[in-house]
Amino acid sequence: MAARSLLDKVWEAHTVRELDNGETQLFVGLHLIHEVTSPQAFAMLEEMDLPVRFPSRTVATVDHIIPTHSRARPLQDALAEEMMQALEENCARSGIRLLEPGSGRQGIVHVVGPELGFTQPGMTIACGDSHTSTHGAFGAVAVGIGTSQVRDVLATQCILMARPQLRRIEVQGSLGPGTYAKDVILAIIRRLGVKGGVGFAYEYAGDVIDAMSMEERLTVCNMSIEAGARCGYVNPDVTTVDYLRGREEVPRGEAFDTAARDWLELSSDPEARYDDRVELSGADIAPSVSWGINPGQNLGVDEQLPRVAEFPDDEQPSVEEAYGYMGLQPGAAIAGTPIDVAFIGSCTNGRISDLREAARVAQQGSVASGVRALVVPGSEAVARQAEEEGLPEVFRQAGFEWREPGCSMCLAMNPDKLVGREFCASSSNRNFKGRQGSPTGRTLLMSPAMVAAAALQGAVRDVREVL
Amino acid sequence: MAEPIEQVEGRGCVLRGDDIDTDRIIPARYLRCVTFEDVGEHAFEDDREQAKGDHPLDQESAEGAEILVVGRNFGCGSSREHAPQALMRRGFRAFVGGSFAEIFLGNCTALGLPCATLEAGDLARVMDAVEADPDQILTLDLATRTLQCRAGRFKVGMKPGARDQLLEGSWHATRVLLEAGEAIEACASRLPYV
Ligand code: SF4
Repeated sequence: MAARSLLDKVWEAHTVRELDNGETQLFVGLHLIHEVTSPQAFAMLEEMDLPVRFPSRTVATVDHIIPTHSRARPLQDALAEEMMQALEENCARSGIRLLEPGSGRQGIVHVVGPELGFTQPGMTIACGDSHTSTHGAFGAVAVGIGTSQVRDVLATQCILMARPQLRRIEVQGSLGPGTYAKDVILAIIRRLGVKGGVGFAYEYAGDVIDAMSMEERLTVCNMSIEAGARCGYVNPDVTTVDYLRGREEVPRGEAFDTAARDWLELSSDPEARYDDRVELSGADIAPSVSWGINPGQNLGVDEQLPRVAEFPDDEQPSVEEAYGYMGLQPGAAIAGTPIDVAFIGSCTNGRISDLREAARVAQQGSVASGVRALVVPGSEAVARQAEEEGLPEVFRQAGFEWREPGCSMCLAMNPDKLVGREFCASSSNRNFKGRQGSPTGRTLLMSPAMVAAAALQGAVRDVREVL
Repeated sequence: MAEPIEQVEGRGCVLRGDDIDTDRIIPARYLRCVTFEDVGEHAFEDDREQAKGDHPLDQESAEGAEILVVGRNFGCGSSREHAPQALMRRGFRAFVGGSFAEIFLGNCTALGLPCATLEAGDLARVMDAVEADPDQILTLDLATRTLQCRAGRFKVGMKPGARDQLLEGSWHATRVLLEAGEAIEACASRLPYV
């Protein structure tokens, strides 16, 4: 048989049929839903008088609107309460499992899927959320979908999709100190651009990816969508298998061993064909910070902000727009940019290893006066683990607020928001205009350790000076 | 089956700039809703507020415009269908631009809204022409893959699958997917996981 990539193998296994127009009807093995993009889909389903076809293949959580102060019901925000109730009712009516707040299983959809073991190698996964690409860390083909497609999945457990092209991205060598998975994906997006991945799935490989923990791989795959790619994945290996062993939703005993053997066979064959290949050197990657209004506009913390003329002509208007919005000066150093808020959390960097790294920095000082600093664990399980390790105390002592799990200030649909033109050092994934709740708020994306360093300094700082 | 969409005819509105993300099309605070009914009111709300009346959507000529002419990578970012829903509810029935983000394009197709791309030079000419004469009628023809306006007739690009679905009236994907019938269960039962 011809050599095949993981994408080929997973795609073939889930093909229900090919349509004449070149699209594939693809079976969705695992469907994840949350309160923001599902209520309209359930309403559409009802209008069509259709039941949920495979209720056991959908799992629901609540993350986007949930407040991180008090989650007492009814929620203070009436609109949030309405969304919460709609989700509860839809799940109850359709026989869909809901990971409820307080159950110990609630959290951001892309944090709980992996940690509970719902996410497994070789699956197709869809969710009405663009960061579904996260789950690719396990060697799954995981795509974000819109609400009409959520309806399609509820009704048929399928989506229509054209097979993407495949780009292999190898990150070779090793990373320097203070440099994390977040810096790797920021460097990839800087190199290939925010549109570079359109039409592609990204396969991440090379020494640096091989050496990463599952949590780090999740961070990399999470931001595939910011690179324009439909999905991104890492081939399953021993790290993947070790992570999954003993998780709640994975098979046990002999069944696990059988599954693990299958998982390892899913990896791309050595001779698999790629539509494109890119190589980066880990040693060239520095702790990075975004300076503009899309995640590709980032640079090493030790660099100077680029001059407009350094960009191709057709990109210059966007660069000028970014400088206008951010109020930063081309040619100036990014280090030293004062911040008002520090946010540690999100599906990119709200896992236990992220909190440990941030705490390592936080314990070396206290939050600069005038800075609001927030730590929001990605899930109840992450919060529990952090408590066992005494991390909340470390953060509180340094002057950070320790909150309940949710998306929080990643997109500010709950009360956690920037005010006015505040600058926020953020471990989240998007620095779009207005993303963090203030129409004029400014986001500087960086790793959680860098956010902690910025919180202590009151300004962007090279975390290597602190570690 | 849904209604086949062969042509969209109407006045244009030009929205310049690349990488316009869905957070800008509809800010997250307006996603706090369980229906799409009111999202149209909030399309580009923050951008419009900051432009203080100068935003293209607030020009008199934008009233009743049906084709939105945009830059590259339009609709990137969040998968929120609220974005195309908001623009559709403001009256837009088609998008013409440099390029489109994939999830946005998929969402548009599912709503019966064509997304067509133009070469950079052609896009610049169309943008200039529409801004100079906003009353002219643009015709996006899916069958011939062309955009006609007073500046001329231009070849447009469309994703083949999306174009076929619109032309055939099979863009309401649920119906199409249901046609596979028991083949869906058959595929499910072949999978090594439950
Ligand atoms: S943490 Fe942010 S990016 Fe992740 S699911 Fe929540 S809102 Fe989306």
